[in-house]
Amino acid sequence: MSFSALLLSLTLVIISVLISARQKLQLEKDILIGTVRAVIQLLAVGFVLNYVFHISDWRLTLIMLTVMILAAGQNAAKRGKGMPGAFGIVTAAIGGGTFVTIIIMVGLGIITFDPTKVIPIGGMVIGNSMIGAGLVLNRLMAEIKQKRLEIEAALALGATSRQAVEGILRSSIKAGLIPTIDSLKTLGIVQLPGMMTGLILAGTSPLQAVRYQMLVAFMLSSTVSISCVIVGLLAYRRFFSQHYQLLELKY
Amino acid sequence: MPEIRCQGVSLTKLQGGLSTEILRAVGLTARQGEIYTVIGPSGSGKSTLLRLINRLLEPSSGTIFFAGSDIRRMPVTEVRRKIGLVFQQPMLFPGSVEENLCYGPRLRGDNSREAAKYLDMVGLERELLQRDAAALSGGQQQRVALARALANKPEALLLDEPTSALDPRATEQLEDLILGLVQSLRLTVVWVTHNMEQAKRVGDRTMLLVNGQVVEERPTADFFSWPEQELTIRFLAGKLESGVQGNEL
Ligand SMILES: Nc1ncnc2c1ncn2[C@@H]1O[C@H](COP(=O)(O)OP(=O)(O)O)[C@@H](O)[C@H]1O
Ligand SMILES: [Mg+2]
Repeated sequence: MSFSALLLSLTLVIISVLISARQKLQLEKDILIGTVRAVIQLLAVGFVLNYVFHISDWRLTLIMLTVMILAAGQNAAKRGKGMPGAFGIVTAAIGGGTFVTIIIMVGLGIITFDPTKVIPIGGMVIGNSMIGAGLVLNRLMAEIKQKRLEIEAALALGATSRQAVEGILRSSIKAGLIPTIDSLKTLGIVQLPGMMTGLILAGTSPLQAVRYQMLVAFMLSSTVSISCVIVGLLAYRRFFSQHYQLLELKY
Repeated sequence: MPEIRCQGVSLTKLQGGLSTEILRAVGLTARQGEIYTVIGPSGSGKSTLLRLINRLLEPSSGTIFFAGSDIRRMPVTEVRRKIGLVFQQPMLFPGSVEENLCYGPRLRGDNSREAAKYLDMVGLERELLQRDAAALSGGQQQRVALARALANKPEALLLDEPTSALDPRATEQLEDLILGLVQSLRLTVVWVTHNMEQAKRVGDRTMLLVNGQVVEERPTADFFSWPEQELTIRFLAGKLESGVQGNEL
């Protein structure tokens, strides 16, 4: 795509600004800011990726992945509403899931540890893990808060902390997995995933693009499962003392 | 002897930089086969005391002994199995009555299906076993909660206002039931109630707790016939329901 074609496509943004002005939506400023941000962020990513792909050093690739995981952890931790240690837990979970999956893929020779493969695939995997991890954390906190008395009834009968939150843990992990499973179900029917769309636009044959997309789908289910389980198993402990006492927490 | 003994038990909580004393130097001894009743206005710390004995809470200072050992030196799950706690609300788990009754034993890998036996014990019909626990009446639920605690084969029972949600008839039935069980199973019981008449009917010893402090503590008959403390007399006259200011103690 030529640069002038890209500039012309900016008229589309002008249309949305005009609609907003006409309909008094008062979104003109937001649309413009949003557009400028998108342009700057995408350009920055483009330059960074260009550089990383060009250098093609495994250490740099690893650093890139780590930065992505930290950013995703930061974002997912927001769903922990001030729970201390939330960032550490979700980052460990997202990182754990991502690395296990990448190690398996590279170990089996399915992909090479090459920035052009690992970084885009890692990005998708990390993004989905981030959403899953955030959902698990959020659900776990809400349910423990809501079911305090029931949990204490279980503890009073001699349950360990883990036994007392068994059902809650299960439903929280499930809550984190559902968006990924749902998107698997509709893959290709309701939505053509971004990666496939991109590959096809760039000239890859649809059949080749589909292969990559399947790979990503399989990786997503494994990574998100691992991440959700890790969040659940690490996070519930924060609510209990070592003597299986449900702590009173402000968050 | 499964005796429950509290020695100088205090609990202080930090709230917004201010420390509040919820219990101060509480002592009690509850003996096997006896019912120790704890009465006091609401907010005086009765529930908190039971939660400490069950080790759902940790005291700030003081020691709690069960059968002569400091409960901190026993595995906490064992403390809780041996000292059953029945809450003010039945807090049954979602599922059938049988699932509720088997919960405690199953935690320890005991899958013997003795649930029916415990329903008998609390005077409920065996047909209820497969019933959804949430579908029972309040009185039935409280009995299931009691049976669920008994299924752990406890040596002691802590009861937190177990009849507060029941009508007078169901209250009387549950009282008789518990009195019978205490005798047949030789349980040690600490029974919290805000109902003085109930304490009088079922107690062997009675304590009045006000603002986290023991006001008076004696054999039940003496407690009600010859109260010694000014505050006890006021409480028994029904003039203390809203609690007292700290400086009155
Ligand atoms: N989780 C808590 N945090 C702070 N204060 C509490 C907490 N639970 C209870 N309290 C306070 O401790 C006191 C005793 O409560 P509680 O033991 O429930 O009294 P009772 O059972 O006699 O009505 C009350 O003043 C209550 O406000
Ligand atoms: Mg209470």
